[in-house]
Amino acid sequence: MTSPGTSETTGRAGTGHRHARGRPDPAPLFAVSGVTVRFGGLTALDDVSLAVRPHEVHGVIGPNGAGKTTLFNVCCGFVRPDAGTISRHGTPLTDLRPHRLAGMGVARTLQGLGLFRGLTVTENVMVGADRFRRSGFVSALLALPRSAADERALRERAWRAMSDAGVAEFAGRYPGSLPYAVQKRVALARALAADPELLLLDEPASGLGHDEISELGAFVRGLAERMSIVLVDHHMDLVMSVCDRITVLDFGRVVAAGAPEEVRDDPAVVDAYLGEEAHRGGSDGNDGNDGNDG
Amino acid sequence: MQQFVNVTLGGLSQGAIYAAFALALVLIWRATRIINFAQGSMAMFTTYVALVLIEAGHSYWLAFGAALLGGLVLGAVVERLVIRPVEGGPALNAVIVTLGLFVAFQAIAALLFGSSFESFPAPFGLSGFRVGEFTVAFTPFSAFVIGSVVVVMLGLVALFRFTDVGLRMRASAFNQEVARLLGVRVGGMLTLGWALAAAVGSLAGLLIAGGNLVHPAYMDGVIVYGFVAAVLGGLDSPGGAVVGGLLIGLALSYVSGYLGSELVTLAALAILVAVLLVRPHGLFSRAAERRV
Repeated sequence: MTSPGTSETTGRAGTGHRHARGRPDPAPLFAVSGVTVRFGGLTALDDVSLAVRPHEVHGVIGPNGAGKTTLFNVCCGFVRPDAGTISRHGTPLTDLRPHRLAGMGVARTLQGLGLFRGLTVTENVMVGADRFRRSGFVSALLALPRSAADERALRERAWRAMSDAGVAEFAGRYPGSLPYAVQKRVALARALAADPELLLLDEPASGLGHDEISELGAFVRGLAERMSIVLVDHHMDLVMSVCDRITVLDFGRVVAAGAPEEVRDDPAVVDAYLGEEAHRGGSDGNDGNDGNDG
Repeated sequence: MQQFVNVTLGGLSQGAIYAAFALALVLIWRATRIINFAQGSMAMFTTYVALVLIEAGHSYWLAFGAALLGGLVLGAVVERLVIRPVEGGPALNAVIVTLGLFVAFQAIAALLFGSSFESFPAPFGLSGFRVGEFTVAFTPFSAFVIGSVVVVMLGLVALFRFTDVGLRMRASAFNQEVARLLGVRVGGMLTLGWALAAAVGSLAGLLIAGGNLVHPAYMDGVIVYGFVAAVLGGLDSPGGAVVGGLLIGLALSYVSGYLGSELVTLAALAILVAVLLVRPHGLFSRAAERRV
Protein backbone atom coordinates (compact mmCIF):
# COMPACT_ATOMS: atom_id res chain seq x y z
CA MET A 1 0.00 0.00 0.00
CA THR A 2 1.28 3.43 -0.83
CA SER A 3 0.93 6.34 1.49
CA PRO A 4 -2.62 7.60 1.07
CA GLY A 5 -1.93 11.00 2.58
CA THR A 6 -0.14 12.18 -0.52
CA SER A 7 -2.95 11.39 -2.86
CA GLU A 8 -4.83 14.42 -3.99
CA THR A 9 -8.47 14.60 -3.06
CA THR A 10 -10.73 16.53 -5.34
CA GLY A 11 -14.40 17.11 -5.73
CA ARG A 12 -15.17 17.66 -2.07
CA ALA A 13 -16.48 21.08 -1.22
CA GLY A 14 -15.09 22.78 1.86
CA THR A 15 -16.32 20.52 4.59
CA GLY A 16 -16.59 21.32 8.24
CA HIS A 17 -13.49 19.61 9.46
CA ARG A 18 -11.21 21.79 7.37
CA HIS A 19 -12.35 24.82 9.34
CA ALA A 20 -12.21 22.96 12.59
CA ARG A 21 -8.58 22.04 12.28
CA GLY A 22 -6.38 23.75 14.84
CA ARG A 23 -9.07 24.57 17.34
CA PRO A 24 -8.51 23.30 20.87
CA ASP A 25 -11.70 21.23 20.97
CA PRO A 26 -13.08 20.81 17.48
CA ALA A 27 -16.78 20.12 17.03
CA PRO A 28 -17.42 16.45 16.42
CA LEU A 29 -17.66 15.47 12.79
CA PHE A 30 -20.09 12.71 13.60
CA ALA A 31 -21.82 12.02 16.88
CA VAL A 32 -24.16 9.44 18.28
CA SER A 33 -25.85 10.43 21.50
CA GLY A 34 -28.06 8.47 23.83
CA VAL A 35 -28.80 5.78 21.26
CA THR A 36 -30.89 2.84 22.43
CA VAL A 37 -31.81 -0.12 20.24
CA ARG A 38 -34.05 -2.96 21.32
CA PHE A 39 -34.63 -6.18 19.40
CA GLY A 40 -37.77 -7.52 21.02
CA GLY A 41 -36.91 -7.97 24.69
CA LEU A 42 -33.18 -7.68 24.11
CA THR A 43 -31.54 -4.30 24.55
CA ALA A 44 -28.69 -4.33 22.04
CA LEU A 45 -27.60 -0.75 22.71
CA ASP A 46 -28.40 1.15 25.88
CA ASP A 47 -27.89 4.91 25.92
CA VAL A 48 -24.72 4.78 23.83
CA SER A 49 -22.92 8.01 22.97
CA LEU A 50 -19.85 8.46 20.84
CA ALA A 51 -18.31 11.50 19.18
CA VAL A 52 -15.83 11.31 16.33
CA ARG A 53 -13.57 14.33 15.91
CA PRO A 54 -12.10 15.40 12.59
CA HIS A 55 -9.03 13.37 11.60
CA GLU A 56 -9.44 11.03 14.48
CA VAL A 57 -9.21 7.25 14.47
CA HIS A 58 -11.86 6.15 16.90
CA GLY A 59 -11.87 2.55 18.04
CA VAL A 60 -14.94 0.67 19.21
CA ILE A 61 -14.13 -2.50 21.10
CA GLY A 62 -15.97 -4.92 23.32
CA PRO A 63 -16.62 -8.61 23.77
CA ASN A 64 -18.70 -10.53 21.26
CA GLY A 65 -22.31 -9.45 21.34
CA ALA A 66 -21.48 -6.14 23.01
CA GLY A 67 -23.32 -4.28 20.25
CA LYS A 68 -20.48 -3.04 18.08
CA THR A 69 -21.99 -4.06 14.76
CA THR A 70 -25.42 -2.85 15.86
CA LEU A 71 -23.83 0.53 16.55
CA PHE A 72 -22.40 0.55 13.02
CA ASN A 73 -25.77 -0.43 11.62
CA VAL A 74 -27.33 2.51 13.43
CA CYS A 75 -24.65 4.83 12.05
CA CYS A 76 -25.45 3.88 8.48
CA GLY A 77 -29.21 3.70 8.73
CA PHE A 78 -29.68 -0.07 8.53
CA VAL A 79 -31.12 -0.05 12.05
CA ARG A 80 -33.30 2.75 13.35
CA PRO A 81 -32.64 3.55 17.00
CA ASP A 82 -35.55 3.45 19.46
CA ALA A 83 -34.12 6.50 21.18
CA GLY A 84 -31.25 8.91 20.71
CA THR A 85 -29.90 11.03 17.89
CA ILE A 86 -27.20 10.86 15.27
CA SER A 87 -25.68 14.11 14.13
CA ARG A 88 -23.15 15.27 11.60
CA HIS A 89 -21.32 18.57 12.09
CA GLY A 90 -23.72 19.25 14.91
CA THR A 91 -26.82 18.85 12.73
CA PRO A 92 -29.13 15.99 13.73
CA LEU A 93 -29.81 13.46 10.97
CA THR A 94 -33.48 12.73 11.36
CA ASP A 95 -34.03 10.52 8.36
CA LEU A 96 -30.89 8.48 7.92
CA ARG A 97 -31.18 6.03 5.03
CA PRO A 98 -28.43 3.81 3.63
CA HIS A 99 -28.56 5.30 0.11
CA ARG A 100 -28.10 8.85 1.44
CA LEU A 101 -25.03 7.89 3.43
CA ALA A 102 -22.54 8.05 0.55
CA GLY A 103 -23.74 11.50 -0.44
CA MET A 104 -23.10 12.69 3.12
CA GLY A 105 -19.49 11.55 2.92
CA VAL A 106 -19.81 8.41 4.99
CA ALA A 107 -18.42 5.13 3.68
CA ARG A 108 -18.52 1.74 5.33
CA THR A 109 -16.80 -1.57 4.82
CA LEU A 110 -18.66 -4.72 5.74
CA GLN A 111 -17.52 -7.76 7.66
CA GLY A 112 -18.71 -9.96 4.84
CA LEU A 113 -16.89 -7.74 2.29
CA GLY A 114 -19.99 -7.43 0.15
CA LEU A 115 -18.08 -7.21 -3.12
CA PHE A 116 -20.11 -7.51 -6.31
CA ARG A 117 -19.13 -10.97 -7.49
CA GLY A 118 -19.91 -10.47 -11.16
CA LEU A 119 -18.16 -7.10 -11.47
CA THR A 120 -14.43 -6.65 -11.97
CA VAL A 121 -12.30 -5.00 -9.30
CA THR A 122 -12.35 -1.72 -11.24
CA GLU A 123 -16.11 -1.86 -11.66
CA ASN A 124 -16.59 -2.63 -7.97
CA VAL A 125 -14.52 0.40 -7.02
CA MET A 126 -16.27 2.57 -9.62
CA VAL A 127 -19.62 1.89 -7.98
CA GLY A 128 -18.04 3.26 -4.81
CA ALA A 129 -17.15 6.48 -6.64
CA ASP A 130 -20.66 6.77 -7.98
CA ARG A 131 -21.67 9.66 -5.76
CA PHE A 132 -19.49 11.95 -7.85
CA ARG A 133 -21.46 11.27 -10.99
CA ARG A 134 -22.95 14.52 -12.18
CA SER A 135 -24.68 13.77 -15.43
CA GLY A 136 -28.32 12.83 -15.20
CA PHE A 137 -29.96 9.62 -15.98
CA VAL A 138 -31.01 10.34 -19.54
CA SER A 139 -27.69 11.74 -20.71
CA ALA A 140 -25.93 8.76 -19.15
CA LEU A 141 -28.28 6.43 -20.98
CA LEU A 142 -27.69 8.14 -24.29
CA ALA A 143 -23.93 8.37 -23.63
CA LEU A 144 -23.83 12.12 -24.21
CA PRO A 145 -20.43 13.88 -24.03
CA ARG A 146 -20.94 15.15 -20.52
CA SER A 147 -21.57 11.63 -19.41
CA ALA A 148 -18.41 10.44 -21.15
CA ALA A 149 -16.34 13.03 -19.26
CA ASP A 150 -18.06 11.91 -16.08
CA GLU A 151 -17.21 8.34 -16.84
CA ARG A 152 -13.53 9.22 -17.31
CA ALA A 153 -13.47 11.13 -14.02
CA LEU A 154 -15.04 8.15 -12.23
CA ARG A 155 -12.49 5.81 -13.74
CA GLU A 156 -9.63 8.05 -12.60
CA ARG A 157 -11.04 8.29 -9.12
CA ALA A 158 -11.44 4.53 -8.96
CA TRP A 159 -7.90 4.10 -10.20
CA ARG A 160 -6.52 6.40 -7.47
CA ALA A 161 -8.40 4.51 -4.78
CA MET A 162 -7.11 1.20 -6.15
CA SER A 163 -3.52 2.46 -6.18
CA ASP A 164 -3.90 3.75 -2.62
CA ALA A 165 -5.12 0.38 -1.43
CA GLY A 166 -2.54 -1.46 -3.52
CA VAL A 167 -4.95 -3.40 -5.70
CA ALA A 168 -4.39 -1.64 -9.02
CA GLU A 169 -2.64 -4.69 -10.43
CA PHE A 170 -5.85 -6.72 -10.01
CA ALA A 171 -8.01 -4.15 -11.85
CA GLY A 172 -9.48 -6.51 -14.44
CA ARG A 173 -9.93 -9.53 -12.19
CA TYR A 174 -13.13 -10.73 -10.56
CA PRO A 175 -13.17 -10.62 -6.74
CA GLY A 176 -13.88 -14.33 -6.39
CA SER A 177 -10.56 -15.19 -8.04
CA LEU A 178 -8.47 -13.17 -5.57
CA PRO A 179 -7.06 -14.14 -2.15
CA TYR A 180 -9.12 -13.03 0.83
CA ALA A 181 -6.59 -10.42 1.96
CA VAL A 182 -6.67 -8.80 -1.49
CA GLN A 183 -10.47 -8.87 -1.52
CA LYS A 184 -10.43 -7.01 1.78
CA ARG A 185 -8.25 -4.33 0.23
CA VAL A 186 -10.61 -4.11 -2.75
CA ALA A 187 -13.47 -3.48 -0.34
CA LEU A 188 -11.35 -0.80 1.31
CA ALA A 189 -10.57 0.76 -2.07
CA ARG A 190 -14.26 0.82 -2.87
CA ALA A 191 -14.98 2.71 0.36
CA LEU A 192 -12.10 5.13 -0.33
CA ALA A 193 -13.34 5.84 -3.85
CA ALA A 194 -16.27 7.66 -2.29
CA ASP A 195 -13.69 10.05 -0.79
CA PRO A 196 -15.52 9.96 2.54
CA GLU A 197 -14.99 12.30 5.44
CA LEU A 198 -16.00 9.49 7.76
CA LEU A 199 -14.94 5.90 7.13
CA LEU A 200 -16.54 3.10 9.14
CA LEU A 201 -14.32 0.02 9.16
CA ASP A 202 -16.03 -3.13 10.38
CA GLU A 203 -13.36 -5.63 11.44
CA PRO A 204 -10.80 -4.70 8.80
CA ALA A 205 -8.22 -7.07 10.28
CA SER A 206 -10.32 -10.22 10.52
CA GLY A 207 -8.86 -13.02 8.44
CA LEU A 208 -5.54 -11.21 7.95
CA GLY A 209 -2.09 -12.43 8.97
CA HIS A 210 0.21 -10.65 11.42
CA ASP A 211 2.22 -8.71 8.83
CA GLU A 212 -0.87 -7.72 6.91
CA ILE A 213 -2.39 -6.35 10.11
CA SER A 214 0.57 -4.09 10.87
CA GLU A 215 0.53 -2.91 7.25
CA LEU A 216 -3.18 -2.17 7.65
CA GLY A 217 -2.46 -0.21 10.84
CA ALA A 218 0.02 2.06 9.09
CA PHE A 219 -2.40 2.51 6.20
CA VAL A 220 -5.29 3.49 8.49
CA ARG A 221 -3.02 5.94 10.31
CA GLY A 222 -2.17 7.53 6.96
CA LEU A 223 -5.85 7.77 6.03
CA ALA A 224 -6.52 9.87 9.12
CA GLU A 225 -4.86 12.78 7.33
CA ARG A 226 -7.76 12.76 4.93
CA MET A 227 -10.74 11.62 6.99
CA SER A 228 -12.09 10.46 10.32
CA ILE A 229 -12.24 6.75 10.93
CA VAL A 230 -14.29 4.56 13.21
CA LEU A 231 -12.74 1.16 13.62
CA VAL A 232 -14.34 -1.94 15.09
CA ASP A 233 -11.95 -4.82 15.61
CA HIS A 234 -10.99 -7.64 17.93
CA HIS A 235 -7.25 -7.30 17.43
CA MET A 236 -6.17 -5.38 20.51
CA ASP A 237 -2.69 -4.66 19.17
CA LEU A 238 -4.14 -2.99 16.11
CA VAL A 239 -6.77 -1.01 18.00
CA MET A 240 -4.36 0.13 20.71
CA SER A 241 -1.66 1.22 18.28
CA VAL A 242 -3.86 2.90 15.68
CA CYS A 243 -6.65 4.62 17.59
CA ASP A 244 -6.59 8.10 19.08
CA ARG A 245 -9.53 7.32 21.30
CA ILE A 246 -11.43 4.19 22.14
CA THR A 247 -14.99 3.50 23.24
CA VAL A 248 -15.55 0.21 25.04
CA LEU A 249 -18.94 -1.46 24.86
CA ASP A 250 -20.18 -4.28 27.05
CA PHE A 251 -23.72 -5.65 26.96
CA GLY A 252 -24.78 -2.64 24.89
CA ARG A 253 -23.46 -0.02 27.30
CA VAL A 254 -20.44 2.22 27.13
CA VAL A 255 -18.23 1.04 30.01
CA ALA A 256 -15.21 3.19 29.21
CA ALA A 257 -14.04 5.82 26.72
CA GLY A 258 -10.79 7.66 26.28
CA ALA A 259 -7.23 7.37 25.04
CA PRO A 260 -5.83 3.85 24.54
CA GLU A 261 -3.63 3.93 27.65
CA GLU A 262 -6.53 5.13 29.84
CA VAL A 263 -8.86 2.50 28.49
CA ARG A 264 -6.32 -0.28 28.78
CA ASP A 265 -6.05 0.09 32.56
CA ASP A 266 -9.70 0.83 33.23
CA PRO A 267 -11.05 -1.75 35.69
CA ALA A 268 -14.41 -1.89 33.90
CA VAL A 269 -12.65 -2.88 30.67
CA VAL A 270 -10.53 -5.51 32.36
CA ASP A 271 -13.71 -6.80 33.93
CA ALA A 272 -15.59 -6.94 30.66
CA TYR A 273 -12.81 -8.85 28.93
CA LEU A 274 -12.02 -11.13 31.86
CA GLY A 275 -15.73 -11.85 32.22
CA GLU A 276 -15.84 -12.68 28.58
CA GLU A 277 -12.75 -14.90 28.79
CA ALA A 278 -14.18 -16.86 31.70
CA HIS A 279 -17.54 -17.10 30.01
CA ARG A 280 -16.13 -18.34 26.73
CA GLY A 281 -13.66 -20.69 28.34
CA GLY A 282 -10.56 -18.73 27.48
CA SER A 283 -11.03 -18.32 23.76
CA ASP A 284 -9.30 -15.22 22.50
CA GLY A 285 -12.37 -13.82 20.84
CA ASN A 286 -10.65 -13.34 17.49
CA ASP A 287 -13.21 -15.15 15.41
CA GLY A 288 -14.70 -11.81 14.77
CA ASN A 289 -18.42 -11.91 14.33
CA ASP A 290 -21.17 -10.21 16.21
CA GLY A 291 -23.55 -12.43 14.36
CA ASN A 292 -25.93 -9.70 13.26
CA ASP A 293 -24.28 -8.36 10.18
CA GLY A 294 -25.80 -8.87 6.73
CA MET B 1 -31.34 -30.65 -48.59
CA GLN B 2 -33.55 -27.76 -49.59
CA GLN B 3 -35.95 -28.66 -46.82
CA PHE B 4 -33.12 -28.77 -44.29
CA VAL B 5 -31.98 -25.28 -45.30
CA ASN B 6 -35.53 -23.96 -45.11
CA VAL B 7 -36.21 -25.53 -41.75
CA THR B 8 -32.93 -24.20 -40.37
CA LEU B 9 -33.53 -20.66 -41.59
CA GLY B 10 -37.08 -20.68 -40.27
CA GLY B 11 -35.78 -21.96 -36.95
CA LEU B 12 -33.18 -19.20 -36.73
CA SER B 13 -35.59 -16.35 -37.27
CA GLN B 14 -38.12 -17.89 -34.91
CA GLY B 15 -35.31 -18.54 -32.43
CA ALA B 16 -34.25 -14.89 -32.56
CA ILE B 17 -37.70 -13.93 -31.29
CA TYR B 18 -37.59 -16.51 -28.52
CA ALA B 19 -34.16 -15.20 -27.65
CA ALA B 20 -35.49 -11.65 -27.29
CA PHE B 21 -38.35 -12.91 -25.15
CA ALA B 22 -36.04 -15.02 -22.99
CA LEU B 23 -33.70 -12.04 -22.63
CA ALA B 24 -36.56 -9.97 -21.27
CA LEU B 25 -37.25 -12.67 -18.67
CA VAL B 26 -33.57 -12.86 -17.72
CA LEU B 27 -33.28 -9.08 -17.34
CA ILE B 28 -36.09 -9.07 -14.80
CA TRP B 29 -34.87 -12.21 -13.05
CA ARG B 30 -31.37 -10.79 -12.62
CA ALA B 31 -32.61 -7.47 -11.29
CA THR B 32 -35.43 -8.54 -9.01
CA ARG B 33 -35.34 -12.37 -8.72
CA ILE B 34 -38.86 -12.51 -10.09
CA ILE B 35 -40.09 -14.54 -13.06
CA ASN B 36 -42.40 -12.24 -14.93
CA PHE B 37 -45.22 -14.48 -16.09
CA ALA B 38 -47.00 -11.37 -17.40
CA GLN B 39 -44.22 -10.70 -19.94
CA GLY B 40 -46.21 -12.16 -22.83
CA SER B 41 -49.43 -10.38 -21.90
CA MET B 42 -47.62 -7.07 -21.61
CA ALA B 43 -46.06 -7.60 -25.04
CA MET B 44 -49.48 -8.52 -26.46
CA PHE B 45 -50.90 -5.33 -25.01
CA THR B 46 -48.30 -3.05 -26.58
CA THR B 47 -48.65 -4.89 -29.90
CA TYR B 48 -52.37 -4.07 -29.80
CA VAL B 49 -51.43 -0.43 -29.21
CA ALA B 50 -49.35 -0.60 -32.40
CA LEU B 51 -52.23 -2.26 -34.25
CA VAL B 52 -54.65 0.48 -33.20
CA LEU B 53 -52.23 3.11 -34.49
CA ILE B 54 -51.75 1.27 -37.80
CA GLU B 55 -55.49 0.88 -38.27
CA ALA B 56 -55.88 4.61 -37.57
CA GLY B 57 -53.73 5.21 -40.65
CA HIS B 58 -50.31 5.81 -39.09
CA SER B 59 -47.19 4.25 -40.51
CA TYR B 60 -45.86 0.89 -39.36
CA TRP B 61 -42.69 2.51 -38.01
CA LEU B 62 -44.53 5.05 -35.91
CA ALA B 63 -46.60 2.23 -34.45
CA PHE B 64 -43.46 0.15 -33.93
CA GLY B 65 -41.76 2.96 -32.01
CA ALA B 66 -44.89 3.68 -30.01
CA ALA B 67 -45.17 0.03 -28.98
CA LEU B 68 -41.55 -0.09 -27.79
CA LEU B 69 -41.97 3.18 -25.91
CA GLY B 70 -45.25 1.87 -24.52
CA GLY B 71 -43.37 -1.20 -23.36
CA LEU B 72 -40.84 0.95 -21.50
CA VAL B 73 -43.59 2.90 -19.76
CA LEU B 74 -45.70 -0.17 -19.03
CA GLY B 75 -42.72 -1.99 -17.52
CA ALA B 76 -41.83 0.99 -15.31
CA VAL B 77 -45.43 1.46 -14.18
CA VAL B 78 -45.94 -2.22 -13.42
CA GLU B 79 -42.75 -2.31 -11.36
CA ARG B 80 -43.59 0.83 -9.41
CA LEU B 81 -47.24 0.13 -8.71
CA VAL B 82 -47.59 -3.63 -8.57
CA ILE B 83 -44.22 -5.27 -8.04
CA ARG B 84 -42.63 -2.82 -5.58
CA PRO B 85 -45.10 -3.62 -2.75
CA VAL B 86 -44.41 -7.37 -2.96
CA GLU B 87 -40.66 -7.07 -3.44
CA GLY B 88 -38.64 -8.45 -0.56
CA GLY B 89 -41.59 -10.54 0.60
CA PRO B 90 -41.98 -14.27 0.04
CA ALA B 91 -41.05 -15.21 -3.53
CA LEU B 92 -44.42 -16.86 -4.07
CA ASN B 93 -46.24 -13.52 -3.64
CA ALA B 94 -44.46 -12.03 -6.62
CA VAL B 95 -45.19 -15.14 -8.70
CA ILE B 96 -48.90 -14.91 -7.92
CA VAL B 97 -48.89 -11.18 -8.68
CA THR B 98 -47.30 -11.66 -12.12
CA LEU B 99 -49.73 -14.50 -12.86
CA GLY B 100 -52.54 -12.16 -11.88
CA LEU B 101 -51.17 -9.51 -14.23
CA PHE B 102 -50.98 -12.11 -17.00
CA VAL B 103 -54.71 -12.77 -16.72
CA ALA B 104 -55.59 -9.13 -16.12
CA PHE B 105 -53.82 -7.82 -19.22
CA GLN B 106 -55.51 -10.42 -21.41
CA ALA B 107 -58.91 -9.50 -19.98
CA ILE B 108 -58.28 -5.77 -20.42
CA ALA B 109 -57.07 -6.31 -23.99
CA ALA B 110 -60.20 -8.32 -24.78
CA LEU B 111 -62.35 -5.48 -23.40
CA LEU B 112 -60.49 -2.70 -25.18
CA PHE B 113 -59.54 -4.31 -28.47
CA GLY B 114 -61.98 -7.22 -28.77
CA SER B 115 -61.08 -10.88 -28.75
CA SER B 116 -61.35 -11.65 -32.45
CA PHE B 117 -58.37 -12.53 -34.64
CA GLU B 118 -56.96 -9.53 -36.46
CA SER B 119 -54.17 -9.51 -38.98
CA PHE B 120 -51.03 -7.55 -38.19
CA PRO B 121 -49.01 -6.13 -41.09
CA ALA B 122 -45.33 -6.76 -41.72
CA PRO B 123 -43.05 -3.94 -42.86
CA PHE B 124 -41.20 -6.13 -45.35
CA GLY B 125 -42.10 -8.76 -47.86
CA LEU B 126 -43.13 -12.20 -46.69
CA SER B 127 -42.13 -14.17 -49.78
CA GLY B 128 -38.83 -15.96 -49.64
CA PHE B 129 -35.61 -14.89 -51.30
CA ARG B 130 -34.83 -16.74 -54.51
CA VAL B 131 -31.53 -18.54 -54.75
CA GLY B 132 -31.08 -19.86 -58.28
CA GLU B 133 -34.22 -21.81 -59.06
CA PHE B 134 -35.18 -22.38 -55.41
CA THR B 135 -37.18 -20.16 -53.12
CA VAL B 136 -35.75 -20.38 -49.62
CA ALA B 137 -37.86 -19.90 -46.53
CA PHE B 138 -35.97 -16.76 -45.60
CA THR B 139 -37.93 -13.61 -46.23
CA PRO B 140 -36.99 -9.95 -46.02
CA PHE B 141 -39.07 -9.89 -42.86
CA SER B 142 -36.97 -12.73 -41.36
CA ALA B 143 -33.89 -10.65 -42.05
CA PHE B 144 -35.53 -7.73 -40.26
CA VAL B 145 -36.42 -9.98 -37.31
CA ILE B 146 -32.89 -11.24 -36.88
CA GLY B 147 -31.38 -7.81 -37.51
CA SER B 148 -33.53 -6.01 -34.96
CA VAL B 149 -32.94 -8.66 -32.30
CA VAL B 150 -29.18 -8.44 -32.89
CA VAL B 151 -29.28 -4.63 -32.66
CA VAL B 152 -31.21 -4.77 -29.39
CA MET B 153 -28.80 -7.29 -27.94
CA LEU B 154 -25.73 -5.27 -28.89
CA GLY B 155 -27.41 -2.20 -27.42
CA LEU B 156 -28.01 -4.00 -24.14
CA VAL B 157 -24.46 -5.30 -24.02
CA ALA B 158 -23.15 -1.76 -24.60
CA LEU B 159 -25.46 -0.39 -21.92
CA PHE B 160 -24.41 -2.93 -19.30
CA ARG B 161 -20.71 -3.03 -20.14
CA PHE B 162 -19.82 0.52 -21.00
CA THR B 163 -22.15 2.93 -19.26
CA ASP B 164 -22.35 4.10 -15.71
CA VAL B 165 -26.09 3.39 -15.57
CA GLY B 166 -25.38 -0.16 -16.68
CA LEU B 167 -22.75 -0.52 -13.98
CA ARG B 168 -25.19 0.64 -11.33
CA MET B 169 -27.86 -1.72 -12.65
CA ARG B 170 -25.44 -4.64 -12.44
CA ALA B 171 -24.32 -3.62 -8.95
CA SER B 172 -27.96 -3.43 -7.83
CA ALA B 173 -28.66 -6.84 -9.34
CA PHE B 174 -25.75 -8.45 -7.51
CA ASN B 175 -26.27 -6.94 -4.08
CA GLN B 176 -29.01 -4.42 -3.41
CA GLU B 177 -28.02 -3.69 0.18
CA VAL B 178 -24.39 -2.91 -0.61
CA ALA B 179 -25.27 -0.92 -3.72
CA ARG B 180 -27.61 1.20 -1.61
CA LEU B 181 -24.84 1.77 0.93
CA LEU B 182 -22.64 3.09 -1.87
CA GLY B 183 -25.28 5.63 -2.82
CA VAL B 184 -26.92 3.83 -5.75
CA ARG B 185 -30.65 4.47 -6.02
CA VAL B 186 -31.52 0.81 -6.26
CA GLY B 187 -35.25 1.43 -6.67
CA GLY B 188 -34.65 3.47 -9.82
CA MET B 189 -32.39 0.77 -11.21
CA LEU B 190 -35.07 -1.88 -10.68
CA THR B 191 -37.66 0.29 -12.41
CA LEU B 192 -35.29 0.83 -15.32
CA GLY B 193 -34.62 -2.92 -15.48
CA TRP B 194 -38.31 -3.69 -15.75
CA ALA B 195 -38.81 -0.93 -18.31
CA LEU B 196 -36.00 -2.23 -20.52
CA ALA B 197 -37.21 -5.80 -20.17
CA ALA B 198 -40.76 -4.86 -21.10
CA ALA B 199 -39.49 -2.97 -24.16
CA VAL B 200 -37.50 -6.01 -25.29
CA GLY B 201 -40.57 -8.16 -24.64
CA SER B 202 -42.64 -5.74 -26.74
CA LEU B 203 -40.15 -6.14 -29.57
CA ALA B 204 -40.65 -9.91 -29.40
CA GLY B 205 -44.42 -9.37 -29.45
CA LEU B 206 -44.23 -7.13 -32.53
CA LEU B 207 -41.95 -9.55 -34.38
CA ILE B 208 -44.17 -12.55 -33.65
CA ALA B 209 -47.22 -10.59 -34.77
CA GLY B 210 -45.70 -9.37 -38.07
CA GLY B 211 -47.58 -10.97 -40.96
CA ASN B 212 -49.65 -13.04 -38.54
CA LEU B 213 -52.91 -12.89 -36.67
CA VAL B 214 -53.13 -11.31 -33.23
CA HIS B 215 -55.69 -11.94 -30.52
CA PRO B 216 -55.43 -11.50 -26.74
CA ALA B 217 -53.84 -14.94 -26.26
CA TYR B 218 -51.52 -14.98 -29.27
CA MET B 219 -48.38 -14.75 -27.11
CA ASP B 220 -49.23 -17.78 -24.94
CA GLY B 221 -47.18 -20.19 -27.03
CA VAL B 222 -44.23 -17.82 -27.14
CA ILE B 223 -44.30 -17.52 -23.36
CA VAL B 224 -43.75 -21.26 -23.04
CA TYR B 225 -40.93 -21.32 -25.59
CA GLY B 226 -39.37 -18.18 -24.12
CA PHE B 227 -39.37 -19.78 -20.67
CA VAL B 228 -37.80 -22.94 -22.01
CA ALA B 229 -35.13 -20.82 -23.75
CA ALA B 230 -34.41 -18.82 -20.58
CA VAL B 231 -34.16 -21.92 -18.41
CA LEU B 232 -32.08 -23.67 -21.06
CA GLY B 233 -29.54 -20.86 -20.93
CA GLY B 234 -29.63 -20.53 -17.16
CA LEU B 235 -31.87 -17.77 -15.87
CA ASP B 236 -28.89 -15.68 -14.76
CA SER B 237 -27.16 -15.50 -18.11
CA PRO B 238 -28.24 -13.04 -20.84
CA GLY B 239 -25.89 -14.70 -23.31
CA GLY B 240 -27.36 -18.05 -22.33
CA ALA B 241 -30.86 -16.73 -23.01
CA VAL B 242 -29.86 -15.79 -26.54
CA VAL B 243 -28.23 -19.14 -27.28
CA GLY B 244 -31.13 -20.92 -25.58
CA GLY B 245 -33.60 -19.01 -27.74
CA LEU B 246 -31.80 -19.91 -30.95
CA LEU B 247 -31.47 -23.58 -29.90
CA ILE B 248 -35.15 -23.80 -29.05
CA GLY B 249 -36.08 -22.10 -32.32
CA LEU B 250 -33.97 -24.56 -34.32
CA ALA B 251 -35.07 -27.63 -32.35
CA LEU B 252 -38.75 -26.80 -32.66
CA SER B 253 -38.33 -26.01 -36.34
CA TYR B 254 -36.75 -29.44 -36.95
CA VAL B 255 -39.48 -31.17 -34.99
CA SER B 256 -42.12 -29.29 -36.91
CA GLY B 257 -40.45 -29.86 -40.29
CA TYR B 258 -39.56 -33.55 -39.93
CA LEU B 259 -41.87 -35.00 -37.31
CA GLY B 260 -45.02 -32.93 -37.48
CA SER B 261 -46.11 -29.55 -36.22
CA GLU B 262 -48.49 -31.05 -33.65
CA LEU B 263 -45.47 -32.27 -31.66
CA VAL B 264 -43.87 -28.81 -31.21
CA THR B 265 -45.22 -27.99 -27.76
CA LEU B 266 -44.54 -31.51 -26.54
CA ALA B 267 -40.97 -31.25 -27.84
CA ALA B 268 -40.45 -27.95 -26.01
CA LEU B 269 -41.54 -29.54 -22.76
CA ALA B 270 -39.38 -32.61 -23.39
CA ILE B 271 -36.35 -30.35 -23.91
CA LEU B 272 -37.18 -28.44 -20.75
CA VAL B 273 -37.44 -31.63 -18.68
CA ALA B 274 -34.24 -33.02 -20.19
CA VAL B 275 -32.28 -29.85 -19.43
CA LEU B 276 -33.61 -29.65 -15.89
CA LEU B 277 -32.63 -33.28 -15.30
CA VAL B 278 -29.14 -33.02 -16.73
CA ARG B 279 -28.17 -29.41 -15.95
CA PRO B 280 -30.65 -28.01 -13.44
CA HIS B 281 -29.06 -24.58 -13.49
CA GLY B 282 -29.09 -24.30 -17.25
CA LEU B 283 -26.46 -24.87 -19.90
CA PHE B 284 -24.52 -21.68 -19.19
CA SER B 285 -24.80 -21.02 -15.48
CA ARG B 286 -21.70 -21.06 -13.32
CA ALA B 287 -23.13 -23.50 -10.76
CA ALA B 288 -25.34 -22.23 -7.95
CA GLU B 289 -23.10 -19.59 -6.43
CA ARG B 290 -25.88 -17.39 -5.22
CA ARG B 291 -27.55 -18.00 -1.91
CA VAL B 292 -31.28 -18.11 -2.48
